[in-house]
Amino acid sequence: MKTKRHGAVLGLIAAGALLLTACGSDSNVPEGQAPATGEASVPVECGGKSKLSAEGSSAQKNAMDTFVQAYQQKCSGSDLAYNASGSGAGVKQFIAGQVDFGGSDSPLSESKGEVASAAERCKGNPAWNLPLVFGPVAIGYKLEGVADLTLTGEVAAKIFNGTVKKWNDPAIAALNSGASLPDKDIKVVYRSDESGTTDNFQLYLQAASKGAWTQGAGKQFKGGVGEAKEKSAGVAQATGSVDGAITYVELSFAQENKLSVAKIDNGSGPVELTNESVGKAIDGATIKGTGNDLVIDLNSIYGSTTAGTYPLLLATYEIVCSKGYDADTAKAVKAFLTVAATSGQTGLADAGYAPLPKAFQDKLLTAIQAIA
Amino acid sequence: MTTDTADLNRLATPPTFQSVSGARKLKNGIATALVYGAFLIAIVPLVWVLYVVVQRGFPVVLDADWWQKSLSGLLSRQQGGGVYHAIYGTLVQGLVCGLISVPLGLFVGVYLVEYGGRSKLSRATTFMVDILTGVPSIVAALFVYTLWITYFGFGRSGFAVSLALVLLMVPVIVRTTEEMLKIVPDELREASYALGIPKWKTIVKVVIPTALSGIVTGIMLALARVMGETAPVLVLAAYAPYINYNLFEGPMASLPLLMTSERNNPTQAGFERIWGAAITLVIIITLFNLLATVISRWLAPKTK
Amino acid sequence: MNDRTVAPRPAGTGSTGAREGVPAPRPDSEAPIPPTTEAEKKTVVRPGDRIFAGLATGSGIFIVVLIAAIGIFLLLQAIPSLALDQVNFLTSREWSTGDVSNMRYGILDLLLVTVVSSAFALIIAMPIALGIALFLTQYAPRRLARPFAYVIDLLAAVPSIIFGLWGLLVLGPVLTPIGEWLTSTLGWIPLFAEGNVSIELGGTIFTAGIVLAVMILPIITAVSREVFDRTPVTHVEGAIALGATKWEVVRTTVLPFGKAGYVSASMLGLGRALGETIALTIILSGTGAAFAWSLFDGGATFASKIALAAPEFNDPRTAGAYIAAGLVLFVLTFGVNAIARSIVAGHKEYE
Repeated sequence: MKTKRHGAVLGLIAAGALLLTACGSDSNVPEGQAPATGEASVPVECGGKSKLSAEGSSAQKNAMDTFVQAYQQKCSGSDLAYNASGSGAGVKQFIAGQVDFGGSDSPLSESKGEVASAAERCKGNPAWNLPLVFGPVAIGYKLEGVADLTLTGEVAAKIFNGTVKKWNDPAIAALNSGASLPDKDIKVVYRSDESGTTDNFQLYLQAASKGAWTQGAGKQFKGGVGEAKEKSAGVAQATGSVDGAITYVELSFAQENKLSVAKIDNGSGPVELTNESVGKAIDGATIKGTGNDLVIDLNSIYGSTTAGTYPLLLATYEIVCSKGYDADTAKAVKAFLTVAATSGQTGLADAGYAPLPKAFQDKLLTAIQAIA
Repeated sequence: MTTDTADLNRLATPPTFQSVSGARKLKNGIATALVYGAFLIAIVPLVWVLYVVVQRGFPVVLDADWWQKSLSGLLSRQQGGGVYHAIYGTLVQGLVCGLISVPLGLFVGVYLVEYGGRSKLSRATTFMVDILTGVPSIVAALFVYTLWITYFGFGRSGFAVSLALVLLMVPVIVRTTEEMLKIVPDELREASYALGIPKWKTIVKVVIPTALSGIVTGIMLALARVMGETAPVLVLAAYAPYINYNLFEGPMASLPLLMTSERNNPTQAGFERIWGAAITLVIIITLFNLLATVISRWLAPKTK
Repeated sequence: MNDRTVAPRPAGTGSTGAREGVPAPRPDSEAPIPPTTEAEKKTVVRPGDRIFAGLATGSGIFIVVLIAAIGIFLLLQAIPSLALDQVNFLTSREWSTGDVSNMRYGILDLLLVTVVSSAFALIIAMPIALGIALFLTQYAPRRLARPFAYVIDLLAAVPSIIFGLWGLLVLGPVLTPIGEWLTSTLGWIPLFAEGNVSIELGGTIFTAGIVLAVMILPIITAVSREVFDRTPVTHVEGAIALGATKWEVVRTTVLPFGKAGYVSASMLGLGRALGETIALTIILSGTGAAFAWSLFDGGATFASKIALAAPEFNDPRTAGAYIAAGLVLFVLTFGVNAIARSIVAGHKEYE
């Protein structure tokens, strides 16, 4: 019968697909240099669950890749899949028990009940927010003839809420006396998707603008001017293609699209975005969480007036159970996070992130060791 | 019943004993010009898209590693590696979805045309299929997420993706099956009944084979659509850079998911992976189309 | 349910061509077999028939139940959020769902952008698709038609994310001068007025509509082609015998025969355009300003709005707001389909 033949063909296709399974391989001999292994003074206890899964913020995706590579080198046969679907998804999947830990741009929220439901997921134990990845956010712009631009939190806020409309506005000119600013409209580009970067950028404007930013924060941009593009890739590409455009975007995207990066003057002179200036900001952060729950008081970073600190950065948390994993998972999660906080830090700068300063690293390692 | 109308075109020369009026000639000329014009206009963007995909993606897929390896252990900025893990995921998710939706869609189509008539159920089904055509993929994905994962408590997996894809694939198959069955001439059915052949056998051996090439086209279109579908994989399967053979558990990559994931990668390696994955998907679906052509030729009734 | 061995003439089948006043006579000189009556009802129903009919009917019922389940699911998720909405859901242009104690959201702009972009796409794609389908089935030599048909089918395989990237990075810059020309010369027509996003960045409904048109072309073409290809030879021969020109053959036989299929194919295409997600999230620029009936406005469609927010859903009330929007899309697509059905039915004395 003809349908039987049809069935046979489908069978053949399926068989073909199964045959395919025989010839795939996961082994990729990394071409780059192996991360320096000597510096890790903390012993890593490998083993446990061989394939961890994590999900969350796309802002830390590239850092995760670096960590995973280091993890595979330290603990052969271990692997981790990081699904960069967004902070909200990360928290949701962590609470739903679909992933071993979540990655989020903001700590678990008490008011939304996330703290309580996360504790439920961890079998009655609190979940900890571990700020493992710090990504500087650049105020990237494209303006012909102006390679060097300094902004204060206040002027940035005025640009992003439409109070300052022209590049040669006196407010900008006052900060950049040497530059020849053109009489051009400022085109603000922002994220159309909901994003932790937007949230943190608005929190920064709120904290640092001396009241010029009244729109509040949140994952949707509230400035009311400009136009929105999807994801970091979209905003960076759009900003790079129009003269006079400005946006906020993770450093790596700004570099890749050849955007100029504004210096930020937080009251004690213009500060360039460098590893040192970001590291200094992280060092100055105060923890408002209790014990090993390392929730950062963002105002201590965004409102910082210490000389030489670049305050605009995005702290990404790994949300883990303090207790309540099964033994295998706990072992692997600990091993992964330990590697991430130690040997995984090498090469982070190349990926556009700020490596952890020593003091902060120690705090994190204490917390990681306490996971049971 | 595939009619080769081109053969008839030769007969379409104006008859010698009757001259065609100027107005008719003009109309004919305008229509011909419009048809050719439409074709030329359309071919530009279509070829353009394909050209961009090939130009950007082709150099990437020439590497044998591309077809055999995964991206496990590679940094986002490191070139190399392959998309075997995603190819596997796309194929398996697509095939499982096809195995569920093709019979379901076919039967619904057959029901609507051959059995339903104007019954209430038939009208309800048509109504529902119309609605299903309009379900945006992301809503289908959210539905499966709520039902399969939140309510039944299964984990996210490739299979959940297949289920969501079924929702997107079925209406397309039903619609095309319905259209194709409708235009099977009643004379064929009547001839078959006259020979005393039962209805189901008439459907299986006469009606469906006659409409088969159209149905297969519909299935291929549907399969092409679902294999490139991004929203369900975003919601229902987590991305894994390594190979996961298990459809029912754990994160599993697929080509659209890989592309979305690599959109967060601003480096050259990310660019290559996106376009490489695109052309890989096109190649896979081309192979399926070829296969379908062969199958439908093989199964079609011999009319010559 | 329907156990007769002789099929009732399926709804709107077969005889289409003849009904449409095609000059071609029926091929057979015999009258069609009259539907048998009493004798028929007494015939033994074969188990094969019963199983097959059961399967077919069962599938129909399954689909109905399934979609009812989706509808109920959407309603259950949407209703609590709708109750929290502080503004009119249907007429407001605001969309602010971050603060669950003060959710203000309405779909007016989403609806307009969705409808305008899809309609624009359909207006471009329908005639062109008709042209291609006619070209491939009636005009082009077979040898040429096959490979071209193939190329077009191939386009259906290109994932929508690629259409998005192509639209934004490749097509967008090319359309910029055209867009600027249109706004400067035809700007007095609201449809071509300067919009609320910059033409330079390409994130306009204009770009999006053209990309959508390209995306749905293969779908409309593929199905129409199949239908046109099946025009009964006798009809075509009849027309030719009457001395019809090529165009007259097409107009009197192919088009009437294939009209229903063509409309149906277009609706499939429209369904895809309305629900298209990823390509539009990439192309369309978001904006705080209201939609002002210009093709050069930006904005978001239902599907793209949902997709942009979905990764950050962490509160069922927020998610519910988006699902309510999804529900409207659901209704919208259904409405479009229903209209199409009735057009087809009108032409064929469907009921």
